[in-house]
Amino acid sequence: MTTAAETRPYRSRSRLQHFMIQSAPLLLALIILAGMGVLYVVLFYRQLSRFPGNFEWTSVVNTSMPLVFAGVGQSIVVLTRGLDLSVGGMIDLANGLAATHMHSGAGSMLGWSLLVLLVGAAGGAINGVLVAYGRLQPILVTLATLSIYQGLAIKVLPEPGGAVPIEYTKILANPNGPTSLVFVGFIAVVWFVFRRTRLGVDVYAIGNDEEAARAHGVRVRTIKIAAYVLSGMFAAAAGLFLAATTTSGDATSGDVFVLTSIAAVVLGGISFFGGRGNAVGTVAGAFVLTLLINVLFFANIDPLYQSFFQGLFLIVAVLLGTLIRRLVGLRG
Amino acid sequence: MDASFSADFGEVHALVGENGAGKSTMIKILSGVLRPDAGTLEVRGSPVTFRNPHDARALGVGTVFQELTLMPWMTVAENLFLRNEPQGRTGLIQRRRLAARADEVFGRLGIEGIDPYELPAGLSLAHRQVIEIARALLGDPDILFLDEPTSALAEQEVDWLFALVRSLREHGKCVIFTSHRWGEVANLADRITVFRNGEHVATRDRLTEGEAVTLMTGRTIDRMYPERQPVADGLPAALEVRDLRGERVQGVSFTLRRGEILGVGGLAGQGQRDLFMTLFGAHRQTGGELLIDGKAQRIRKPSDAIRQRMGIALVPEDRKTEGLMLPMSVRDNLTLAVLGRVAFYGVLKPRTEQAYVRRAVQRLHVQTTRPSVQEVATLSGGNQQKVLIGRWLIAQSDVLLLFDITRGVDVGTKHDIYELMMELVAEGKSLLFYSSETEEMARLCHRVLVMREGRIAAELAGEAADAEAIVAASLREHAA
Repeated sequence: MTTAAETRPYRSRSRLQHFMIQSAPLLLALIILAGMGVLYVVLFYRQLSRFPGNFEWTSVVNTSMPLVFAGVGQSIVVLTRGLDLSVGGMIDLANGLAATHMHSGAGSMLGWSLLVLLVGAAGGAINGVLVAYGRLQPILVTLATLSIYQGLAIKVLPEPGGAVPIEYTKILANPNGPTSLVFVGFIAVVWFVFRRTRLGVDVYAIGNDEEAARAHGVRVRTIKIAAYVLSGMFAAAAGLFLAATTTSGDATSGDVFVLTSIAAVVLGGISFFGGRGNAVGTVAGAFVLTLLINVLFFANIDPLYQSFFQGLFLIVAVLLGTLIRRLVGLRG
Repeated sequence: MDASFSADFGEVHALVGENGAGKSTMIKILSGVLRPDAGTLEVRGSPVTFRNPHDARALGVGTVFQELTLMPWMTVAENLFLRNEPQGRTGLIQRRRLAARADEVFGRLGIEGIDPYELPAGLSLAHRQVIEIARALLGDPDILFLDEPTSALAEQEVDWLFALVRSLREHGKCVIFTSHRWGEVANLADRITVFRNGEHVATRDRLTEGEAVTLMTGRTIDRMYPERQPVADGLPAALEVRDLRGERVQGVSFTLRRGEILGVGGLAGQGQRDLFMTLFGAHRQTGGELLIDGKAQRIRKPSDAIRQRMGIALVPEDRKTEGLMLPMSVRDNLTLAVLGRVAFYGVLKPRTEQAYVRRAVQRLHVQTTRPSVQEVATLSGGNQQKVLIGRWLIAQSDVLLLFDITRGVDVGTKHDIYELMMELVAEGKSLLFYSSETEEMARLCHRVLVMREGRIAAELAGEAADAEAIVAASLREHAA
């Protein structure tokens, strides 16, 4: 039903070019993941003269899962131009609660899982209210609540110990196969839906320009609180996965996630200025960080120097990202 | 602020007044962004309260705000339908359909040349403004507020907008707009309401420009444009540009004499902005030569331009993002470019700094209470522009690149800026001047260069450089 007078829609670049430019950070994260995977396989083969098998891949997947969840939660907050340092304390707390209270039996496992997620939501709500209504800097608020949640975790589980039911480990961190990848698929679906909800649009809008978002009727404070609540819940889920993987509890084992969750977000190509990025990139970033530890191990690097090389890698990866973005002509 | 006015359906109503008179505040209240301290608001004769922008939209109010509100990292289509996205049966937003829907909207509104997949940063200021307008029209509003809609638009888009507004009026809608361009107000408005210092001064069907200026400013300005002094002969050129090339600058040559105001005209987006940015070192120069005070110089970055013996300074149109540090004080903004000169081995000398600041503030009539503490963000647009010019006066720049500096500035301040320009050239400074208002260029410049696709297409001097001639020269190629 086109008439002769009708002009074709204007396109300044091809659809593919637009896609490449706008998805460059995500694509880069996936490329780094692929590269790291190849490096891992090569180094593994050089050391052991065989390829990594089911056991090794399962181990990589299971060790990555807590970071995957913590990173996705962190992503949502970073997209609003915030930061959640309290994920570490929340993982400690969730881990401690699971290790001390959960018993075998579907009821206990399900009940305590939901309860722990609720604790995560409540902790996130405290962060969110302080940030949104208290107008405090996210880094200050969550630095304080990090300590508070760590303290609560120590109260719940004063010294390492406790146990989670073996069935729970089988469900969340099955040692016999990488079935936890189901949860990665789950996150991808959740993210796909999230981006297509009003909440998702509002989160990105706030990160783009908070004032403009307000002028468009976004309820900025409510959405910020929602972002921190989601981050708290994802951190709690990370704590549950951590408990399942280690089969016991340690109220300090979550602390490392403060920095690694941020590193995963960075590697995933999410902008710290908010409003740009994709949590699927963060998932890739989480796997990259786990693989990196394995790569360093098989490269015979003294574990003492591990964090040195982790830092070096992070800087190189971020520089590479900036370089590529400049090459494809994306500013910022 | 204390003001009342009313507008009918099928009417185009103009709100005029100086910056800070309360027009934007009024529009924000009427769109639900700000809440009134007191008073009532009636829509279709019944009283309403807007708690947020959503309430206003629900009652058929659409608004284009003065500040652009596009999301920098969302595509044109995502911006256009922000919080208004097409949803499928599942209730999920159909991101795939956004671009096609945007094409539909652009087609219906007669908008051409905007790619829905582009990011706002890749668009001209005019196109960004066009998207804001298109977005306000999406909800098919009965009442449309346009706050300074034309300040970012070039003439062809202004014509587009006017046709649109007239068709809305024919369809019985109510359009309320603000503008600092008198021609537009006279041309478009059925009724005009004048604000001064937050008070409603008058509402009239007809007003002459002189009457309006008197009502707006409370003073009589007998002539808008000051007298031009001829450029003295025999002085060496301040700036000579030979075959300059850079991003969207395709070989530009001209000479800027001392004490001259040289206009750079043409349709919007013909590389004028890029020329200014290249001369200032903010865009990369890829070819050609630059002679400053007769000597070839290479400018790679803005600090090179500032540091020249005859310094080159840029006063950009988007002063909020490219020129001023909004949360910093007037003083800090003024002395930013000369910190080396007011410091002793890196430590600031407060007294020297203060002296510089005092002189600039007095010279430019910047309306500020305490320059050392008042944040630039709290100044009106015109005063912000003066601070920026003041910075380069302190830096003793001899060549000023003035890019659309009167955009969104009220009559009184415009007048001050024109007089300041004349004073500057009388002192032997040289100005390269671009304005989106051709009339300004015709009245102020000694010569006008017309740019087309990154090249100088014509040069008009003296009496020949009137507004019609500039427009004609800008359009010549396009008509053919």
